[in-house]
Amino acid sequence: MSQEGLRDLLVDDALTSRDAPDSVPIRRRPRPRFGRAAILIIAAAYFILPVYAALDFSLQNLQGHFSLQPLTQIASQPGFGAAVGLSFKLSVVTLVIELLLMVPTVIYVHLRLPRFRRVMEIITILPIVIPPIVLILGVLQAAKPFQWLSASPYLLALVYVILAMPFVYRSLDSGLGALDLKTLVEASRSLGAGWIATMWRVLIPNLRTALISASVLTLALVFGEYTMASLDLWTTVPVWIVNSSTNNPHIQVAVSMIFLIAMWLVLTIIVSLDRSHRRGKGQLS
Amino acid sequence: MLNKLKVATAAGVLSSLAIGVTFVGNSADASSTTNWSTVQSVSGTKGMAALVATAKAEGHLNVITLPLQGWANYGAIMKDFTAKYGIKINDENPNGSSANEITAVENDKGRAEAPDVLDVGTSYAVENTKLLAPYKVQTWSSIPAATKDANGRWFDDYGGYVSIGCNTAKIAVCPTSFADLAKPMYKNEVGINGDPTQASAAFAAVMAASLANGGSFNNVEPGIKFFANLNSIGNYVPGGSAQTAVQGTTPILIWWDYLQNGIQANLAKWKVIIPTDASYAAYYTQAITADAPHPAAARLWEEYLYSVTGQNLFLQGYARPIELAAMTKANTVNKSYLKLLPAAPKGVTTYPTLAQLSAAKATVAANWASEVGAG
Amino acid sequence: MAFTPSLDTALSLRGVEGRATSARNSLLRRLKTVLPVFPFVVYVALGLGVPTWIITNLAFRTRSGQLTMHNIRTITSGGQYLFGFETSLKLALVTSLIPGVVGTFLAYAIAQSDHEYFKRVLAAAAGVLANFGGVNLAFMFIAALGPAGLADAWLAHIHLNPWNHGFDLYKFSGVAFVYMYFQVPLMVLVITPALNGLRPQWREAASNLGASKRQYWRHVGLPVLMPPVLGSMLLLFGSGFSAYATAEAMTGGTIALTPIQIGAFLSGNVLSGEENIGYALGFGMIVILLVTVAGYTLLQRRTTRWLRA
Repeated sequence: MSQEGLRDLLVDDALTSRDAPDSVPIRRRPRPRFGRAAILIIAAAYFILPVYAALDFSLQNLQGHFSLQPLTQIASQPGFGAAVGLSFKLSVVTLVIELLLMVPTVIYVHLRLPRFRRVMEIITILPIVIPPIVLILGVLQAAKPFQWLSASPYLLALVYVILAMPFVYRSLDSGLGALDLKTLVEASRSLGAGWIATMWRVLIPNLRTALISASVLTLALVFGEYTMASLDLWTTVPVWIVNSSTNNPHIQVAVSMIFLIAMWLVLTIIVSLDRSHRRGKGQLS
Repeated sequence: MLNKLKVATAAGVLSSLAIGVTFVGNSADASSTTNWSTVQSVSGTKGMAALVATAKAEGHLNVITLPLQGWANYGAIMKDFTAKYGIKINDENPNGSSANEITAVENDKGRAEAPDVLDVGTSYAVENTKLLAPYKVQTWSSIPAATKDANGRWFDDYGGYVSIGCNTAKIAVCPTSFADLAKPMYKNEVGINGDPTQASAAFAAVMAASLANGGSFNNVEPGIKFFANLNSIGNYVPGGSAQTAVQGTTPILIWWDYLQNGIQANLAKWKVIIPTDASYAAYYTQAITADAPHPAAARLWEEYLYSVTGQNLFLQGYARPIELAAMTKANTVNKSYLKLLPAAPKGVTTYPTLAQLSAAKATVAANWASEVGAG
Repeated sequence: MAFTPSLDTALSLRGVEGRATSARNSLLRRLKTVLPVFPFVVYVALGLGVPTWIITNLAFRTRSGQLTMHNIRTITSGGQYLFGFETSLKLALVTSLIPGVVGTFLAYAIAQSDHEYFKRVLAAAAGVLANFGGVNLAFMFIAALGPAGLADAWLAHIHLNPWNHGFDLYKFSGVAFVYMYFQVPLMVLVITPALNGLRPQWREAASNLGASKRQYWRHVGLPVLMPPVLGSMLLLFGSGFSAYATAEAMTGGTIALTPIQIGAFLSGNVLSGEENIGYALGFGMIVILLVTVAGYTLLQRRTTRWLRA
């Protein structure tokens, strides 16, 4: 092995994952990674500056001076609880339908119909291209003859399942691609497990990262989608935020910034549920 | 025997009372068997009383796209209506557009949240009369003939003039006309609220600019060219809104005069004038939906809006109510509110026909991006 | 693994069944193989296919419901619609290629990190930012980089006004710049699972065989990453193509984009009575996408072949 190869091997700790049960804990060599730091710093500047500007604007009173006044006025806006409840219910329903639909399908396609993968990839791209305004109008027209459907907020959940498909599919696809699916399934089956037991006790634990990633994406989508919810006349959180916009733009911006940060915290907590990144954990746990 | 007589009399009195109450109840019942979705008008105090009673029994009213703040005082109007009649108002999609209203009516038929009444751009009402129910309010004659449907399916409610708002805290000399806006001192400061292909106030701004630059109701092209020039010399800032006006990106904002007061609520030094070289006004339109879930409440709402109280509340919101002329004549207009409005231009205001508007809209839609954006 | 003969082999071993029966059996067998994906296909057919069909249908009808080519003729002959398609495509291309590359490098930089917590926080941030857009995003950038923005106030201290030197948030380049705010996180989000799929064992094995870093990437890393990267860029393309609220809020219609035009017809306050042209534009977008996907499929095949060479 060349010197360069050895050095690279020692330094490439990031690719050490749960897949390598006998990996040696890597000690970090103090080699400056300017390229990496530069990218991260530039990205940080690009993403943080507008948030800072918005926060700066929102924490002003009407004279333009720093003030916490807008924050206190947010609390007096009605309907927030109902909106959060609705968005939460919608996201749970969307997630359940999404996973029930996609997980078995993608597993099966990986196992038995590999050529269908390309077709699925294409199908799951379609929701992204139809602009939401057009899609919701099509959906509303389609649901018109079914009173029970068009009057229910869960119509939105059914549409959100479609919207989330591109991300969920790719997440599951990558997650499954990283596993040695055939071996796992054969081993499990040969040990006497049925299909459901195999999926539930072998595959899903190994797909934890992909599933958490898919859930995060779906949650973020449901809590961020405005156009369709407002046209279907349901007050989800993003709709509530826009509807509660007062004459005071400081409050408007403050609300949207607080929501951004709150979502971020919630999602961080959810991502932290993924414990499979702990070092030393074997693949077939 | 006397006891028996007393009992008999008492029974007789009680039963006739009961029958009398039932009769009264029946007549109230009789009025509640009226199909209020087909009622085209109410007359006299008795008719009004029946309307109020049925509306109260319905208990709810679904309105749509009515902002609670900063739009012709709708917040206060809705509050006063609920206080007066105890009817709860459900305001759907408060920041939606006229198209959203029509979509809601078309797609939500049968839903409890379907809109009862609409407040839309006039062309949207004219083109969707099959969705609307004919109804003439008691003050029908006070509404000018040109601003209502002969059959009562739609009727204008309030409106205003295209105006130029200016932040006197940031700008020393405010522009007073469209011609002023092109002056170099206003570099990077002039905005329109919205997109002329999507917002009626922005479209009106282009029409007004065209009138100020040699155009007419038949020719909106000079207006587009005006803004193209404004953009090329750097005065025009795209994406203007009430937010950017307060934040400082567009300290000069062209908008409806009655909506500018929303900015004034935040910036005490925000001044509003009607440009001297062009006066362009337009009204919004009310309508009752044919499949309204609460037909009596809907009709009561319209009666309320077109009563002196309702019209004066619009006036309090700096909007010009449609019955202003009639109310001024009858001396029922609230003079203190009237005084706060920006001075109306002298002379008679003329309005484009729907055909002229249609053609102008098509021109703006075709040329706005290519001419202004390229600048 | 035990020897389990397939049905075909069993039948031919027996040598008894006629051709017709075995054909029907194989059709049934094929059907059984495909059956488990039926729920997915049916759901997509109903949830996506039906609305798409309705949109397509409305694109070819007048307001009163008669079949017509008028809408299609309008959008293919009118200057502003073709201009809109062209600009939308350009924007979609630019905001899929650049954020695609940037996002991949950023995702890699993040994946290199030691700190698990750091990665998690950024993953959540990416999730939120990928769905953040519209009026809020537009206002954030106007407040930060607009002509009366914070950055301008800071730069004024050194007498530098970028707006005087050609920087313009409201032109095509400005809009693309703002689009990166949700396109880059989207790319990071979608490519990270694929990056995590690059096993360290491969790197070790390559090094053991004497491959340099460059050779590793050329022969192992890139061929493995290229399909997911291209696929993610397709996702970004679709997202950039149909994004509407951000551009509309920022430019007030001064840049011709098809989604904005659709919004004007279907959700505006000015252009009443011409909804069918909006649907025709939507139909046009669907057609363009199908063409793009066909192109993407060809590109994938070519790239795989080239990388194998």
